Amino acid sequence: MENTRDTKLIFDLSRSGCRGAVLPKCDVPESDVASLLPAGALAEAPPALPEVTEPQVIRHFVNLSKQNMSVDTHFYPLGSCTMKYNPKRNERAAAMPGFAEVHPYQPEETAQGMLEMLFEMQEILKEISCMDACSLQPAAGAHGELTALLVAAAYFRDMGEDRKTVLVPDNAHGTNPASAAMAGFESVTVKTDVDGGVCMDDFRAKLDDSIAVFMITNPNTVGIFEPNMREIADAVHERGGLIYLDGANMNAILGITRPGDFGADMQHYNPHKTFSGPHGGGGPGAGPICVVDKLAPYLPGPVVEMDAGVRGPDSAASAHYSLATPQKSIGKVRAFFSNTGVLLRAYCYIRTHGPEGLRAVSENAVLNANYLLARIRHILPVPQGDRCMHEFVASASKLKSDKGISAMDIAKRLLDFGFHAPTVYFPMTVKESIMIEPTETESKDTLDAFVETLFRITEEDAEFLQNAPHTTAISRPNEVAAARNPCLACG
Amino acid sequence: MNPENLLYAKTHEWVSLADEGGGKVATIGISAFAVEALTDLVFMELPKVGQKVKPHESICEIESVKAVSDLYSPVEGEVVEINEPLPDQLETLSEDPFGAGWVCKIKLDSDSGLGDLMNHAAYEKVCAEEAH
Amino acid sequence: MPYLYNTPDDQAAMLAAIGADSIDALFDSIPGELKLDRPLAIPPALGELELEQHIRDLAGRNLNASSSVSFLGGGSYDHFIPAAVDAIASRSEFYTSYTPYQAEVAQGNLQAIFEYQSLITRLTGLDVSNSSLYDGGSATAEAVLMAVDVTKRRGRVVLAASLHPEYRQTIATYLANLGVDVVTVGASSGTVDVAELAAEVNDQTACVVLQHPNFFGCLEDAETMAQVAHDAGAVMIGVFDPISLGLLKRPGDWGADIAVAEGQSLGTSMSYGGPVLGILACKESLVRRLPGRLVGQTTDRRGKDCFVLTMQTREQHIRREKSTSNVCTNQALFALRATAFLSLVGPRGLRDLANLCLQKSHYLAQQLDGTSRFELAFAAPTFKEFVVRDKENAIEALVADAATEGYLAGIPLGGWYPHLADCMLVCVTEKRTKAEIDALVDVLQTGAAKAAADELIQAGI
Repeated sequence: MENTRDTKLIFDLSRSGCRGAVLPKCDVPESDVASLLPAGALAEAPPALPEVTEPQVIRHFVNLSKQNMSVDTHFYPLGSCTMKYNPKRNERAAAMPGFAEVHPYQPEETAQGMLEMLFEMQEILKEISCMDACSLQPAAGAHGELTALLVAAAYFRDMGEDRKTVLVPDNAHGTNPASAAMAGFESVTVKTDVDGGVCMDDFRAKLDDSIAVFMITNPNTVGIFEPNMREIADAVHERGGLIYLDGANMNAILGITRPGDFGADMQHYNPHKTFSGPHGGGGPGAGPICVVDKLAPYLPGPVVEMDAGVRGPDSAASAHYSLATPQKSIGKVRAFFSNTGVLLRAYCYIRTHGPEGLRAVSENAVLNANYLLARIRHILPVPQGDRCMHEFVASASKLKSDKGISAMDIAKRLLDFGFHAPTVYFPMTVKESIMIEPTETESKDTLDAFVETLFRITEEDAEFLQNAPHTTAISRPNEVAAARNPCLACG
Repeated sequence: MNPENLLYAKTHEWVSLADEGGGKVATIGISAFAVEALTDLVFMELPKVGQKVKPHESICEIESVKAVSDLYSPVEGEVVEINEPLPDQLETLSEDPFGAGWVCKIKLDSDSGLGDLMNHAAYEKVCAEEAH
Repeated sequence: MPYLYNTPDDQAAMLAAIGADSIDALFDSIPGELKLDRPLAIPPALGELELEQHIRDLAGRNLNASSSVSFLGGGSYDHFIPAAVDAIASRSEFYTSYTPYQAEVAQGNLQAIFEYQSLITRLTGLDVSNSSLYDGGSATAEAVLMAVDVTKRRGRVVLAASLHPEYRQTIATYLANLGVDVVTVGASSGTVDVAELAAEVNDQTACVVLQHPNFFGCLEDAETMAQVAHDAGAVMIGVFDPISLGLLKRPGDWGADIAVAEGQSLGTSMSYGGPVLGILACKESLVRRLPGRLVGQTTDRRGKDCFVLTMQTREQHIRREKSTSNVCTNQALFALRATAFLSLVGPRGLRDLANLCLQKSHYLAQQLDGTSRFELAFAAPTFKEFVVRDKENAIEALVADAATEGYLAGIPLGGWYPHLADCMLVCVTEKRTKAEIDALVDVLQTGAAKAAADELIQAGI
């Protein structure tokens, strides 16, 4: 029941004189604006915003919302994004005025509950990482990468070491080399083998004393636990370098192995992935980082400290918390404290699961992924082999050369059957890649239905698939025209 | 221009050399093979007149929807002329890559880089290998 | 576990299909010595009811804008949020979706972002807005990086001392390893002195960053500053308060090339400072250096109008180390909130909103200035915030005492500006009533009286 009338651009719904929100009358003695502000600073008229009523606005956006696929409505096996269920209790918690309406600069004494939650998050993230210190400041995973690299740069500067290179595997997220460049490093690409593991010959050839950091994603982007993790970490440490763990794939290893246990010196988390988000249509996320002891003095401020009392469920109220800036801090990486609303949801998620529950999350995420892999590799080859962690990368390369069906065609056709597409064309190290991450919050029935649909699609006519999807309101936007003559706002 | 009379770089630029005013001037463009491989071009920026360039140095970028490619100078010298209308008529690159689709002219300071260039037959072999 | 589906039978059937003996066997690729041989040392699991009780207990220990009367600003504001904004943002088709890679099943998000970009261009008077960044502070740092990139000037960036101190700190952190100096121009009288600024801007200056209205709430001579920047070939970056644009000239109209803002005021709650909304808009000529995602309008294969992520070659997943930024998401949910908010208030609503803030803050400023204890620190015109000086120099104690009375009176400034240690920043939004404002004046005077009494007692008099 498509409603195209109310989903016209909001500007096209505007009628002069309509209002959606009426503000109260001024209850203080009012002065002429011209007497309060200089004439040169004043606008002739307010900006040309649309003029619409509240019912119009609601109908417009509710109809727009119905044009989206989401975790609450569809299976969303978007590899590398961990699209798991977003618990409703977390949303209720985040909406409480005692969290949502707290001001960042109110006295610490008046925000002790907030500080306790944040302190607990620091402690929990340190334990899951096996690291010594935590900063909740970064606003997203990529921001966490940048922050950690700035910490590393400050550390080496302080040590009097001139290290300018960051090693990044060729199948890493694009954010890794981009973050390295922003932090003032030069990134050097290390090749990976067919199973997605670091090519050790290439690694050894590129490892020298100029290496500041090796940024590694483990499990890696093809869903394999790095086969030479310990050896890589030892070799980098021996040369005085640091290991950064891109924590995008933490959903595979919660309570099973810890980055600090396998040699990482710093890492970020993606709470919007691992700890149930939600993703918000692209954000907000958060990107807290943990680091080993020697890097702790450089963390951005502020961090939460417990300066009195005892931690624990019975004595919580007796504890006292305050904000502090680490001694040699790199400074601030954003205004205010952190994305506390996202961290609170993550806190609720972690507290709902406890230690056994978090381990069960990873176990079931890995079980679901392996089950899908076992069934899908008969339809689409999976170059990495017959096992994976929380996700795997299939290839439509053979299907493309045999029948002319590409990864994109499969992705688009899945939409017709009510499945969100997997991630396609990443990582680029696998041709015609289809990266699938089911997460633990899907049932075997859903996974079976997905496999059967995938099988059916591969049997379909290539030309029909090249025009897919067929049942959605729009199909295959002209991306070339969009990029060649960008229309980024309506006039 | 007849593609068979041009020189080529491994990075798919073509070069046409001519004597002008007592010096050598190289006209630079992108081979038909490369244009096709890039698919659906959406944007390019030109080098600047007066810019000093060296062999294998990136002089400008060409973008398709989901990829960015560098155009590398095959020679050493100074950019003396650019094909100004080209960024607004990207279709010219695929319609006439060896003619109206030229990118810039470089006045050579030395013969540096020329030795690395291939003739048409050798370049065709490189393309045949890359196509696999 | 509340969110897991697999029954023991399912697990057995799945393991059989995989050809594995146990779930543990699926982790065989992790060497035994790297595995954790004990449960994680984190608190035990809580049921939904116990969790809610625990969270309520924590929330109950935070004074907030519902349980107190707040006069705090400094970049995070207690503005009214219409219920319709919450209703829209709590549609889970919006908040449980992700970045709209598959345009066919994300037209809702894509159109909302396109409308957001369009609204921001109208709000700022600039040509292009991205789909949003993390927050005002990091957005300002991104704008500075953009300016350094565009001008190819790596000498210095010039910041006004009246720019939010945490934005200045963020810029300094971002530039720490890039060989660009940060020069700060003082604002001892509450605003930047044009001559002082001009003396610092040279042909190696990438940009000038000015907040207007500034951190102290004062209006700067933005137009003249922009002229100074442009005369030197530098980029002018304007940091603005979206609400102020109901009355004030838009950044694009006073000469900003890039405009950035904290967009929390537009329908997003304060949440202790985050998550919030980084707004960044710029002139058309800078669009290829713009960080963050962009949505564009196009047509589909049947010729139907639609929206799609575009100009992605600027971004990290394609350009990697040469990208404009490492940012790979946006604050889509808050961009949506801002879109709904601006649509609801409309042009007249925004003007009324700005006027209420202006009138009420001036009323409070006058009331405090009329007491014997307080005076306004600066003479420059202000919008919704102002700096007030306690002649008795006991700001921290006053603020703490007022909090115990349920009033969040202001933000002490000494931590950022040592010469303003006896001052606080006070903000009045449309939510504050005359009764609340009058009560604050009383509370501060009683507190002031109490503080004076305490001092006398301590001195043994």
